[in-house]
Amino acid sequence: MLNALLWLPLAVAVLVALAPRRFAGPLSVMGSLGTLALALALVLDFDSGLPGLQHVVDESWIPELGVRYQLGVDGISLFLVVMTALLWAASFTWSAFRMPDRPKNYFLMLGVGEFATLGAFLAQDLLLFVLFFDLMLVPFFFLIGSYGTGERVRATIKMMVYTLVGSLLMLVGAIATAILAANETGELSFAMADLRATVLPEGSQDWIFCFFAAAFLVKMPAFPLHGWMPDAYLAAPPPVLGLLSGVLSKVAAYGFLRIVLPIFPDATLQFQELILVIAVLSVLYGSVMAFTQTNVRLIAGYSSIAQLGFITLGVFSLTADGANGAILQMVNHALVVVPLFLIIVLLAERFGGEDLRQMGGAALRAPLLAALFLIVTLATLAMPGSANFIGEFYILNGLFDDKTAFAVVAAAGIAMAAFYALRLYQRAMHNPLPSGASSREIGLTDALVLVPLVGVILILALTPGTILKRGETSVQDKVGAVAAAGDERLEASVAP
Amino acid sequence: MTFTAPDIDYAGLSPIIALTTGLVVVLLAGLVGRAQRRLVSLLSFITLGAAAGLAIWQFGESKDLVAGALRVDDLGLVATLIAIASAAFVIPLSWREEAADDAPGPAGHGEFQALLIASVLGMAMLAMSQNLITFFVGLELLSIPLYVLCGSALRRRQSLESGLKYLIIGSLGSATLLYGMAFIYGGSGSTDFAGIRDGIGGSLAEDPLILIGIALMATGLAFKISIAPFHQWTPDVYQGAPTPVTAFMAVATKAAAFAVFARFFEIALGPAVGDWQPALAALAAVSIIVGNVGALTQSSLKRLLGYSSVAQAGYMLVGIVAANAAGVQALFFYLTAYAFMNLASFAVITIRERETGFGDDIRSVQGLGRERPELAWPLTIAMLGLAGLPGTAGFIGKLYLIEAAVEGDYTWLAVMIAVGTMISLAYYLRVIAAVWMRPAYHADPTPETGHRALPAMAGGSPEAGTDDFAGTQVVRGESRIGGIRCPVIIGLTILAAAATVFFGIIPSPLVDFVSGAGDSIVAGLE
Repeated sequence: MLNALLWLPLAVAVLVALAPRRFAGPLSVMGSLGTLALALALVLDFDSGLPGLQHVVDESWIPELGVRYQLGVDGISLFLVVMTALLWAASFTWSAFRMPDRPKNYFLMLGVGEFATLGAFLAQDLLLFVLFFDLMLVPFFFLIGSYGTGERVRATIKMMVYTLVGSLLMLVGAIATAILAANETGELSFAMADLRATVLPEGSQDWIFCFFAAAFLVKMPAFPLHGWMPDAYLAAPPPVLGLLSGVLSKVAAYGFLRIVLPIFPDATLQFQELILVIAVLSVLYGSVMAFTQTNVRLIAGYSSIAQLGFITLGVFSLTADGANGAILQMVNHALVVVPLFLIIVLLAERFGGEDLRQMGGAALRAPLLAALFLIVTLATLAMPGSANFIGEFYILNGLFDDKTAFAVVAAAGIAMAAFYALRLYQRAMHNPLPSGASSREIGLTDALVLVPLVGVILILALTPGTILKRGETSVQDKVGAVAAAGDERLEASVAP
Repeated sequence: MTFTAPDIDYAGLSPIIALTTGLVVVLLAGLVGRAQRRLVSLLSFITLGAAAGLAIWQFGESKDLVAGALRVDDLGLVATLIAIASAAFVIPLSWREEAADDAPGPAGHGEFQALLIASVLGMAMLAMSQNLITFFVGLELLSIPLYVLCGSALRRRQSLESGLKYLIIGSLGSATLLYGMAFIYGGSGSTDFAGIRDGIGGSLAEDPLILIGIALMATGLAFKISIAPFHQWTPDVYQGAPTPVTAFMAVATKAAAFAVFARFFEIALGPAVGDWQPALAALAAVSIIVGNVGALTQSSLKRLLGYSSVAQAGYMLVGIVAANAAGVQALFFYLTAYAFMNLASFAVITIRERETGFGDDIRSVQGLGRERPELAWPLTIAMLGLAGLPGTAGFIGKLYLIEAAVEGDYTWLAVMIAVGTMISLAYYLRVIAAVWMRPAYHADPTPETGHRALPAMAGGSPEAGTDDFAGTQVVRGESRIGGIRCPVIIGLTILAAAATVFFGIIPSPLVDFVSGAGDSIVAGLE
């Protein structure tokens, strides 16, 4: 089943590349909906009582190097996979309605992107994960470089170099992990389950942790490592940007939870404070920047930095609550940010640019658009009643016990989110209409994509438990490793 | 006094015999007949095919030939096969190359291909040598035809300059190597690899004679495989030589030289591993950085690939530094992947040289994605592979090398590979960006008539910029713009790119192919 889910997008993408041009759009949309259906079937087929992996696929791939083709899904990745399939389907559909120039390449790359992202979420072999993590970037390089606007080539090369700097070091780290583990067990294996079973010496854990953290923090991006973000966000085509900001960044946060916490528990404990500081800085910096930007894309971009900071806080609170909240928040943020970027396209069409200062009054004759935008905005600022509120609540709850100071500062970030989100909504939708612009209702084809997405936000607001319940057991498992390491450390310090 | 003739194992020697025979036949066939291109190429293919077939037949064997002067084992055969394959790839590439077409007298193709085969013969001998004498003879047999081939575009100054430069630097390298050999012989009392191994015993700290010998030999070999800081000739020669020759030189020379590098250092100098390992590690690191940084600013694709090959040689050297069987396997896996990727790139450059007036300038591939997807995709895949991105054999190769390095306790060198790869992204991606993201460059001085520009004129030297276009000479009047004029080359290019992707997804066949090479080293140590 996971095989079908993983390979279907790629197969469709190749088919699209070979088929005549006019089939490109419909074929891709059908393929992505098929993938979504498979992902939903996966949820129905998921047994939330089991903590371990389900639907495991385990094949030999490069035996000489100890690399296996191992897939599996558990409570952590389940909804991330569904979210990926859903958002890709939205992006495919949106793009198909507004056919880009050279559509075959476009849809091919988008499909490869979905393949790689699903692969990263499903991989249970460390090297396979690294491979998909790197591969993810390649289609986005082409999508931004070929179909973007403005300084697209420079921006896309900058993004590639930035993000690959991290992930190449991660490759070295992954290999070192496996070889160090092999020195103890005598058998070279990259399987995450095997790597968790062997605890590496603390010194090695530290530097390998740094390599992984670099890869993930750049990808997110987190505060001091976000240099590629503004350029890439300004250049990327909006449906692609939604995926970049909504889904790709989550792979990084997921990587922390899936790989770093269980495999490098000692180092995680060691660097917990440092990462928390980075996360809090990201929250504050992202919020402040989002508030001061006038380009609507960058408002959404910097708010993403803040949101990812929040998610990182949850992961590195090293409590079950925090991690649970982080998973919920990953899904939430992705669901919010994709419609947000699509709405930005609509706004840009109405006002002839993406400058917030030239917008206003868009809600005048467009109640549906206004309603959709309002829901997205309220979800962004984590209004009580939204799933985002529950996610952030969990995260802060997890953080408060032990790291109160961080929780207090981070809470300020929530207040700032209300600031920038409402500012964005008000300036664009209320205020008087600028001369020359007109308020238009959302078109049918656009609504066809946006309404279901916003519908999912609403459903999730009503039933956040669906995600939390399935995540719980798996999360305990991941955080447990670090807790055990912490106990050991405590004992060691008490013993002499 | 009785003289016993050495017992000659003709089966083991058969690839070399086939190449030698073919060499003579091709050279003679080039002298007769008018439609010699077809005849000569056919004979060359038969020669290379027979040699390859015999090499595959001998695969898995492990025996000494000619009183221990040569050794047939997987290490030598893998390198030989890579050399043969690249020669076979390059022959169609050279068909319209002026080197073969315009040589005075009717012998162009015959000479060109005979020289190519002679060089392959040298490579086979070098890769199989396990004696300093055959080592040197093989190296010279490899190099001398290449000097001539580099200068074989007789009417182009750059080509002649490139040949001369290569001749001088190459001879310097050979001389250094020979000098080092003398020291090694002096110190160990043997020219035989096994004898040297016995002769040097343990640590060399008190044996300056052999240490100097090792240093000189490493330098000489570094010249040949363009390891920095002995790489200065590479960009110039790569750019000046006719593109098919460059392609052959970049791939095949490396394969053979690395084979003997591995054999000599890991077997003959095995006991002294602690002495040469740090030095080679330093060379590898320097090469990775210098090559990658040097490539950043190049606008000529051939120069860019020249610098990139310096960096790639650095990556490959890591396989030897690791000093384990996995390292040699990784090295040859990487070499094979590198062969696919480089041949594909050079083939595209060759085609574009003939189609546009830009020579090998990066502008010649601008907008290729829209106009010629059948060329754009192979070039893109090759560049992604050289950059080591997943989904290509280049990624698996790097993975293999890094694993070997970490296993050999050279984690910092593994990090160097990662750092080098990061730098390299900037220029590989620039080429891809030109192909897909920029409009075709139509400011060609003679765009529609399609006069053929002189390849090396395009970039000239990097300092000279591209003003040379004004001086474009008309070599041939016919238009070559648009349309597929060389289906064979395009087919081969696509094949090489497809292999890059195939072995990136299913690497096992290639891993099996090279695994014997690692075993040969282990066997040689016993």
